[in-house]
Amino acid sequence: MTLRQAQDGTLRDLEQADAAASDRTDRGVAAAPVAPAARRRTLLVVAGGIALVVALACLPLLAIDIPGVLPGPTYTPGTLQLLAYAMLIAALALSYRMMFGLAGLLSFGHALFFAAGAYGLGMTLDAFAPVEWPSELIFLGSIVVTLVLGIVLAATVGSLALRVTGISFAMVTLAFAQAGSVLIRRNPGGATGGDEGLSLDIEHVPAALVGVVNTRNLYWLALGVLVLVYLVVLWVERSRAGHVAEAIRENELRVRVIGIRPYGVKLLVFIVASVLAAVAGMGYLLLQSGASPRIATADFTLTLLVIVVLGGVGYRWGAIVGGIVYTLLDQRLTALAGSDIVAGLPAVLRVPLSEPLFILGTLFILVVLFLPGGIAGIPQRIRTGRKQHPLEAEDTADA
Amino acid sequence: MSTVLLLVITGLGLGALYFLVASGLSLIYGLMGVLNFAHGSFLTIAAFIGWEVGRRVSDGTWWGLLVSALVGMVVGALVAAATEYFLIRRLYERHIEQALITVGLALATVALFEGIWGTDPIYTARPEWLTQTTEILGAKIPNDRFLLIAAAALVLGAIVLFLQRTRYGLIIRAGVENRSMVTALGIDVRRSFTLVFAIGGAAAGLGGVLASVYYGYVSAHLGSVLLIFAFIVTVIGGLGSLTGAAVASVLVAVLQQFANFYLGGTGDLVVVIALAAVLLVRPRGLMGKVA
Repeated sequence: MTLRQAQDGTLRDLEQADAAASDRTDRGVAAAPVAPAARRRTLLVVAGGIALVVALACLPLLAIDIPGVLPGPTYTPGTLQLLAYAMLIAALALSYRMMFGLAGLLSFGHALFFAAGAYGLGMTLDAFAPVEWPSELIFLGSIVVTLVLGIVLAATVGSLALRVTGISFAMVTLAFAQAGSVLIRRNPGGATGGDEGLSLDIEHVPAALVGVVNTRNLYWLALGVLVLVYLVVLWVERSRAGHVAEAIRENELRVRVIGIRPYGVKLLVFIVASVLAAVAGMGYLLLQSGASPRIATADFTLTLLVIVVLGGVGYRWGAIVGGIVYTLLDQRLTALAGSDIVAGLPAVLRVPLSEPLFILGTLFILVVLFLPGGIAGIPQRIRTGRKQHPLEAEDTADA
Repeated sequence: MSTVLLLVITGLGLGALYFLVASGLSLIYGLMGVLNFAHGSFLTIAAFIGWEVGRRVSDGTWWGLLVSALVGMVVGALVAAATEYFLIRRLYERHIEQALITVGLALATVALFEGIWGTDPIYTARPEWLTQTTEILGAKIPNDRFLLIAAAALVLGAIVLFLQRTRYGLIIRAGVENRSMVTALGIDVRRSFTLVFAIGGAAAGLGGVLASVYYGYVSAHLGSVLLIFAFIVTVIGGLGSLTGAAVASVLVAVLQQFANFYLGGTGDLVVVIALAAVLLVRPRGLMGKVA
């Protein structure tokens, strides 16, 4: 990869940050001076972000119809369901990007934690069902239990898998995810529903989150999950641990030489990303009123990888764009495949066009070959007018 | 005793199938550092085209099966070589992107196969003898296991002979050992990349046709199922080691059969645990070179 140019920059930043930090403590100054232009830019980005979230939050109250992109006007449950699903996938992709893009950990087991969130919440709700507590308490309690389970699972898998690196790491995570997938399909004690999937027991779920009428509440919930995941990812990336993780991605040996142990930082990033995936998984369970074993498979993780690369590994919002574009494309291409236009084509065109995954896969290959920055890298490429790796331009393109 | 023998021989048969896929994966990774997710697709396309040609020539006879196997090998080799030449080569030395390309290819091709041949398995006709069993020491063993074992042994022998006795084999072995040194000696290793892909593709293609004999059907997901186990085998055996892949194939498949029989169908789980255990105790695999 062409990360080499970026690596010196990142490490130098880290070393300077180190020096600056000790400087600051020496002089007793709390904050480093920030250039006014940069501060204005940050303010603009924050304001733009808030405006975007507010605009998205207003969507269920409006009747915007984009033919060909959305199945109907934005206030209809079908469209809201699709958009909410897209945002949850975006949140999941964001958590995966934190691991793959920030820390350089190529995991093939991320689906395991998404499934742990979805199945964990569903199974805890089932387990709590006979208890005579108020429903709200049971619902919140189940969420807390699932989160704790997610943390324990992530810490176990992470601490084992991170003992090896590179392809071996990918394989150990794949192995754990595969084990999880097999367990879910096996349906031990009738807890996971096997191949048919788990359906959500709505007895203790707040009434506002149940039913087609309340799809807009679920939409807001999904938006909330996406914003929460984004803020946590932003916080981790801006933190010292995030900088160290970035440096480890570029050159682990140099990080060791500086005197930092990579293991702890990698484990932290792994756990945070996995728990965020579990949070997205819980949202998925509530939105879909159930969980299917598909979300635990290695194919699902590969889809995440496709989403992150499609959107642009070098950009945080690339994962969000990728998740939303992928979900909408997948949905619309499926609709296209069933349409009369495609059915009327000769077999040579009809067969490939009726397979959404074929088109997405081909698109993905083309992006990897010709558009290394992904969708999010397009503005940067147009602006600079030359081939450039997104990571080299991260400072200017950070959003 | 007869149960144990049956499990061992069935395990060997399944291991033969794993080896046919894993040998190519291992060679490709060893020489080029590419984790080839599209390897399952090579197998599937070869199985489909081998079956299409075989049934037209002579359905359900030895002659038809032989034609299928030959066609499968040729198709596998051609598709693999084309993949390397048109897609992988463009991203020379960028391993992550190369792996990503193969991921995209695997997703796209499986969808395409589903579009062409449908999502349901297509049951195939086999020669009479392969559907019968042979009794050895009281164990009734399905005859197709012997075919699989013989084919895998032949492939192993052929690849070893090729690697040990030919000039190209020498270059490949040297390339796996230390690629930059081979390049420094003035040999263009990249030429052998296409060759390694073709060999791996041919082995996978034969594996595809034999898998359709073993399972009794062809389906668009034939390759993806075998690929995960082939990955596990490759990593346990040590990436880049052909002998390692052979030993690990047998170990994994036999272990799987025994766990399925004695531990209530937990074969998949046991294999996964074995992978985790091997990697944690010995990260480079059983016979892998030191990274």
